[in-house]
Amino acid sequence: MFPSRPWRENPQRYRLEAQKCEKTGKVFFPPRLVAPGTLDASTLKPYNLPEDGEVYTFTVIEVPPSQFKDEAPYTVGIIELSDGTKITCQIADCEPDDIKIGMKVKIEFRRVQTHGEHGVLSYGFKAVPAIPGVTTV
Amino acid sequence: MRDVAIIGVGMNKWGEVWESTLRDMFVEAALESIKDAGVDHLDGMYVGSMTPGLFVGQEHIGSMLADYLGMKGLPGTRVESACASGGLALKSAVLEIASGHSDIILAGGVEKMTDCSGDDATYALATAADQEYEVFHGATFPGLYAMMARRHMHEFGTTREQLAHVAVKNHKNGAKNPKAQYPFEVTLEGVMTSVMVADPMRILDCSPITDGAACVIVADLETAKKYTNNPAVKITGFGHATDNIALHSRDSLTCLEATKLAGERAYKMAGRKPEDIDVCEVHDCFTIAEIMVIEDLGFFEKGKGGTGAESGETHIGGRIPVNTSGGLKSKGHPVGATGIAQAYEITTQLRGEAGDRQVEGAKVGLCQNMGGSGGSTVVHIMEVV
Amino acid sequence: MVGIVGYGAKIPRHRIKVEEIAKVWGADAPSYKRGLQLNEKSVPSPDVDTITLSVMAAKYALKRAGINGSEIGSVYVGSESHPYAVKPSGTVVAEAIGAVTDCHCADYEFACKAGSEAMFVNLGLVKSGFIKYGLSIGGDTSQGAPGDALEYSAAAGSAAFIMGTGDKVLAEIEHTFSFMSDTPDFWRREHEHYPQHGGRFTGEPAYFRTVKGASNAILERAGMKPSDFQFAVFHQPNGKFPMRVGKMLGFTKEQMETGWLSPWLGNTYSGASPMGLTAILDIAKPGDRIFMCSYGSGAGSDAFVWKVTDRLKEVQEMCPKTRVQLDEHKVYVDYGTYAKFRKKILKNK
Repeated sequence: MFPSRPWRENPQRYRLEAQKCEKTGKVFFPPRLVAPGTLDASTLKPYNLPEDGEVYTFTVIEVPPSQFKDEAPYTVGIIELSDGTKITCQIADCEPDDIKIGMKVKIEFRRVQTHGEHGVLSYGFKAVPAIPGVTTV
Repeated sequence: MRDVAIIGVGMNKWGEVWESTLRDMFVEAALESIKDAGVDHLDGMYVGSMTPGLFVGQEHIGSMLADYLGMKGLPGTRVESACASGGLALKSAVLEIASGHSDIILAGGVEKMTDCSGDDATYALATAADQEYEVFHGATFPGLYAMMARRHMHEFGTTREQLAHVAVKNHKNGAKNPKAQYPFEVTLEGVMTSVMVADPMRILDCSPITDGAACVIVADLETAKKYTNNPAVKITGFGHATDNIALHSRDSLTCLEATKLAGERAYKMAGRKPEDIDVCEVHDCFTIAEIMVIEDLGFFEKGKGGTGAESGETHIGGRIPVNTSGGLKSKGHPVGATGIAQAYEITTQLRGEAGDRQVEGAKVGLCQNMGGSGGSTVVHIMEVV
Repeated sequence: MVGIVGYGAKIPRHRIKVEEIAKVWGADAPSYKRGLQLNEKSVPSPDVDTITLSVMAAKYALKRAGINGSEIGSVYVGSESHPYAVKPSGTVVAEAIGAVTDCHCADYEFACKAGSEAMFVNLGLVKSGFIKYGLSIGGDTSQGAPGDALEYSAAAGSAAFIMGTGDKVLAEIEHTFSFMSDTPDFWRREHEHYPQHGGRFTGEPAYFRTVKGASNAILERAGMKPSDFQFAVFHQPNGKFPMRVGKMLGFTKEQMETGWLSPWLGNTYSGASPMGLTAILDIAKPGDRIFMCSYGSGAGSDAFVWKVTDRLKEVQEMCPKTRVQLDEHKVYVDYGTYAKFRKKILKNK
């Protein structure tokens, strides 16, 4: 993985920086250069995604791509954040059997890919169960 | 715009074709289709292939395949829309003929997927998803469809067994297809206990890795009459649509909007409704895909695709036979070729030449070819002239 | 007034018990437990490292400080398990909290006192007015060699402190003192995977001499006695050493209990005494005095005298507390999973 590609996504992967259309209220993650249905970005304003939500759907990956070989089985889910935005990420610190659609989660900063012995480490977000006092207040 | 018809079809036997290269398979299928049509020249060629570059390091195949077909000088175009590349090649050929620019075009598709490791093939296929926001997090194609399946089960009560019915039916049909990769039947039990790939998608819910090529010859109706003894199969409508590439961007995970939109566009152009369709080939890359597609094409109410799969209505002899060829599941899925092979099957059905896969009295057929997790779809409607 | 304006700690969810490690190496678990006063330790899963723990701790600190990441003027991360040998952990932390681009940054290494040194430096930077707020982090996901005594304690955790001045201070710094020498009790050469240590040499001539040196000096400088303090926390490589040195200095078990995490957390190296401090801050009351003395092999100790202000009680409940993260919803793993998580298993390249 050449370093420029993940580097460019830092604001999104590290800080969940998105956009909100001030006309429709729709949220775009990642940010876009043109608001759908229009030909410019004038209505798109900076907006940070919330860091809590619930599981919308998920799957347990048993046959992984090579960069995740050592981590399988792992869970990938689509999380519906508290503002309605949906994002894809892994669900960590949780047995697959304990995950249900609707389970409350918190977004945490995690290492997503290691790229072997030599590569630049890719950090980003994962969802963890929202446990009062432990991962959330 | 002129009327356009398919006048010839060809494909090699699909599978792990160790002895053939990408160009070998394409030429084999192309020659079969040219012979079937009885034409002696082409005005142009469209080839659908998802990623010959990643699979075998070869791009520029529009040129290469014209060369290897012995037709250097021919305008050759490679088109790509992930797994809908074949459908896109056909649509492109149809438009060039309909416009009056050309009279005889070959629309083909090819993918050579076994000259690399399984991991490399998986990586290549994953390029059809959102690299930075889906694949980066470890989502795989079976994983994306598994997430759709889980949502479909949650919203509509679709069951694990209903998913298996799709695989069983398609293998039953594929067992009768001499070109299929896996021409044998499977059982419900066998599907539901096969190795888990991405919960709930098991290995027998997933279409395989396949080498294969398929070609059809498309001509305007006047030219068709000059060349062919076979009944011409007219393409009366087509529809092409895209959707958000990432699942999480879509309003619903249980509705394939690109399929719905492409279907509506095709029905409108053909002046047809879902109930007019006698036989169809749909994109069963995963069992759940067939269930959602038959809803989104209007054959079943939204949410009823599962019970539909279980009911026998989609079997040969049922209300709306789906995937008489064996579908992607049993026939195989050499990515760029699939859309063309669907046209091969529907043409064969409408000509009455499908043997023990024949749908009695089939007059109107439909092909639905989908890319990635539904980010693009091309639908064609065909009728006997 | 100069001191801590925000703090936070992050502990991973997974644990392994001493018995589980002892079973594999044929060691006598009860004697390890008694001798070192260790029961279990935290285990980082493959997606957790010093950087990720530090980012989460820093986010909690920002929340408690009630400031924006862009107001941070320096990010210093002290660790002996930085994910990179070259390329600071601090840049990822700074980027993750939005402190970039107008920010000082460097990583610190001084074995287990890298974090406390970073705390001292930021106190100086904010006191002098060079920056408004400075983020100091001590965290580790250290490794112990398989079968070695250190394998029972090498654990993972991170603590973050934002230093500042004025009304936001929740714990004022009253005195600091640093005592150091070149004492090679524990080291790791470049390119080595696991550290070496001098066995019993790590005790009296290293840990005890240095911690006592810094602690006695700061008490003298401050004109204070152990009984002036409500809480005390020392570097805690195991459960035994901090209790022993505390008693030698005249502190009681009751004073040390709150910050005494290692019997259940293990040794979080650069996070050890800093995390003990966060556990104390989670429950301390206005006016409380806290005695802190870190220790880093090599060797040195940073001592601090903190006084809690009225503001602390306003922010304690804002983020997950240290002791709650330590004690609740733990996920135990077996040695095989632990070895796989920590990449101790040799695989075909």
